Amino acid sequence: MGLTNKSVGTGAIDNGLIIKKETSSDRVIALVGNPNVGKSTVFNELTGLHQHTGNWPGKTVSTAQGVCNYRGTDYIFVDLPGCYSLLAHSAEEEVARDFICFESPDAAVVVCDATCLERNLNLVLQVLEIIPKTIVCINLSDEAERKGIYINTSKLSELLCTPVIQTSARDGAGLENLLDKLIYISCSDSVHCSPLVKYDPFIEGALEQLIPVVNEVTNGKINSRWLSLRLLDLDDSLEKSLYRFLGFDILDDPQVSKKLTEVQNYFKSNGISERSIKDSIIESIILRAEKIYKSTVSVAKESYNARDIKIDRILTSKLTGFPIMFFMLIAIFWLTITGANYPSQLLNNLFTRLEVFLFNSMSDVGIPLWINDMLIGGVYRVLTWVISVMLPPMAIFFPLFTLLEDLGYLPRVAFNLDKIFKKCNACGKQALTMCMGFGCNAAGVVGCRIIESPRERLIAILTNNFVPCNGRFPTLIAIISMFFIGSGFGIFSSAVSSLFLALIVLLGLIATFLVSKLLSSTILKGIPSSFTLELPPYRKPQLGKVIIRSIFDRTIFVLGRAAAVAAPAGLLIWIISNINVGEISLLSYLANFIDPFAKIFGLDGVILIAFILGIPANEIVLPIIIMAYMSEGNLMQIEDLSMVRQLLLDNGWTWLTALNVMLFSLMHWPCSTTLITIKKESGSWKWTAAAFAIPAICGFLLCFMSTSIFRIFS
Amino acid sequence: MKITGCMSDLMQGQRGRVTALMSENNIRRRLQDIGLIKGTTVERLHTSPLGDPVAFLIRGAVIALRSEDMSAVLVESEI
Repeated sequence: MGLTNKSVGTGAIDNGLIIKKETSSDRVIALVGNPNVGKSTVFNELTGLHQHTGNWPGKTVSTAQGVCNYRGTDYIFVDLPGCYSLLAHSAEEEVARDFICFESPDAAVVVCDATCLERNLNLVLQVLEIIPKTIVCINLSDEAERKGIYINTSKLSELLCTPVIQTSARDGAGLENLLDKLIYISCSDSVHCSPLVKYDPFIEGALEQLIPVVNEVTNGKINSRWLSLRLLDLDDSLEKSLYRFLGFDILDDPQVSKKLTEVQNYFKSNGISERSIKDSIIESIILRAEKIYKSTVSVAKESYNARDIKIDRILTSKLTGFPIMFFMLIAIFWLTITGANYPSQLLNNLFTRLEVFLFNSMSDVGIPLWINDMLIGGVYRVLTWVISVMLPPMAIFFPLFTLLEDLGYLPRVAFNLDKIFKKCNACGKQALTMCMGFGCNAAGVVGCRIIESPRERLIAILTNNFVPCNGRFPTLIAIISMFFIGSGFGIFSSAVSSLFLALIVLLGLIATFLVSKLLSSTILKGIPSSFTLELPPYRKPQLGKVIIRSIFDRTIFVLGRAAAVAAPAGLLIWIISNINVGEISLLSYLANFIDPFAKIFGLDGVILIAFILGIPANEIVLPIIIMAYMSEGNLMQIEDLSMVRQLLLDNGWTWLTALNVMLFSLMHWPCSTTLITIKKESGSWKWTAAAFAIPAICGFLLCFMSTSIFRIFS
Repeated sequence: MKITGCMSDLMQGQRGRVTALMSENNIRRRLQDIGLIKGTTVERLHTSPLGDPVAFLIRGAVIALRSEDMSAVLVESEI
């Protein structure tokens, strides 16, 4: 759940990549690397920004940039999405490739995982083919050391003809060295080094023919060896990007097309298929990487990852895999509910006392009663409710979830659930985007970029809302504790609440599977595409950083957004409950108007209006319901949940109403932020409308069913 | 003795050497990107609770593959 200001704020969706160079001496540095090698940590340490980090592949789904001033020069770092190769096939890999190839950064830093260097070298070699000014940053070197992996960096540097440094970005170790090397490399002329990867003779022969022509046609704007190589196995996406960059179609150039035809004819006459060209290119790179790895890395003990494998066998076994998952979910909810009770009460008491004080002092200074009532009864109450009910659970839930994320547990969840997703013709990585949805559905929707197939990505986007986000949790918790487990705050009752909440989440999961299945057999027909999921090594989370990051980056941000919506919503609800249409208030009028419709689903007019007014933020749904009921009665203050319960009971709530509100909260239209994000991500109003309608229809259907069943039996 | 089968035939903990990649287009590229080419050694680690996907150790990284993709990779192993 990469939920930060950046990931869901206004800058969330990259509108193309525009690099802000302040002066001509600024240096643009591309930060590349395989997924989950600590690239974002390097970026954060260098630029002081808080790009959200976590231990699972595909965290950085959009590019971020930040500035680091070192010895008088501004270095603009661009954090590119993680990729295994530059022979792009997913949307995020395309972003990385296009930036490196066509934005001509002054230098590149390839961040590598020291514990898995061989695979990383594949990308290093590919980047070096394009940008010779590349620094290889071997990160996580502390972890490698613990595992007994020794890397001979000077030899590696010699073999790659480029600086190689070791870092442990989590503690900031080695980063100064990285910056020093950057100064050196960006000032010096690029060192000439014979090509790092020697391809098979038939490829090298073709390159010999192509390079001079390509060089002439592109005017040296692009590395001609690299481009010639790509021309041999050109794909559509690269062809399009090339066209944008060069301003003409290189295949239309008579010289290039003549040479290329010659080369292809030669291949054909020698029985060399298109596939063997592709294979030969990639195999040469991998074999080169393997050779370099073998001559520079020594491993003290073969079984350096034995502990991880043992843990994996427990967390993903037939017997214990699912129970552990469910137990973790309940444990998180239990800690959240238990931990949040007391501070919630405390905040509520504080706000109630403050309310009296504010009301009195405003009357004392002569503020007219109606203004006073509007500010206190409208704005203040909704705002403080949102804070006292939302803040404590968030401040506990976010750090807990971040811990799981840092630990590396989430990819195991995807691993466990993949078969069900496959049965639904969807992608197992959808489990990861759903986890992001727990924090915020908008972040979950952006996160869907980690899914390669556009069809499966759309399914994940359309169903993300079935995961209750952090804006809906407190509502669910409040209703559960009011209606289903009595008012006690004991250990037992919070355990029951957690179980209840976990069941609701399970229901959301089932809905996700059913709707995914339905979508993939109707409007999004298709078979599941291939799937490779990396299970990263478990890492010890940095407790302090987790707490600070999740509180400041996420909690405060989400709360701020909720509060910004809550204040005007409070005002609006006060206004419509105080403007009269004939005998009754506008609010009652509207509520009465849709009441018959709402009753079909076991809800009432006020509840439905609250869900509609709650479109900007789900957090304010329950406060609006309470406000609306209060404006009709004479109740002045809410001291604790039992009074809310009484208020709701007085307004005709039964446990069925409570159940339906929970079901509808789990399944109804997404909030406006999520909808806007879906529009941006899918690029289509049609899919945005579908994302609005699908969960809403499910919610109405489910409420209708529960109400009908209840009515039949009573 | 050496026997040839596909990746999914490997037993837990057993190693194999890739002899051929039968998959096409995108998945072929993706498998190659993670270092799965002719000659690569893979080790079957653990299986997901529902039997699919399966995690393999490939060039130092743990990667999960679905059964369809596994069956398109031929490996030879010692018995």
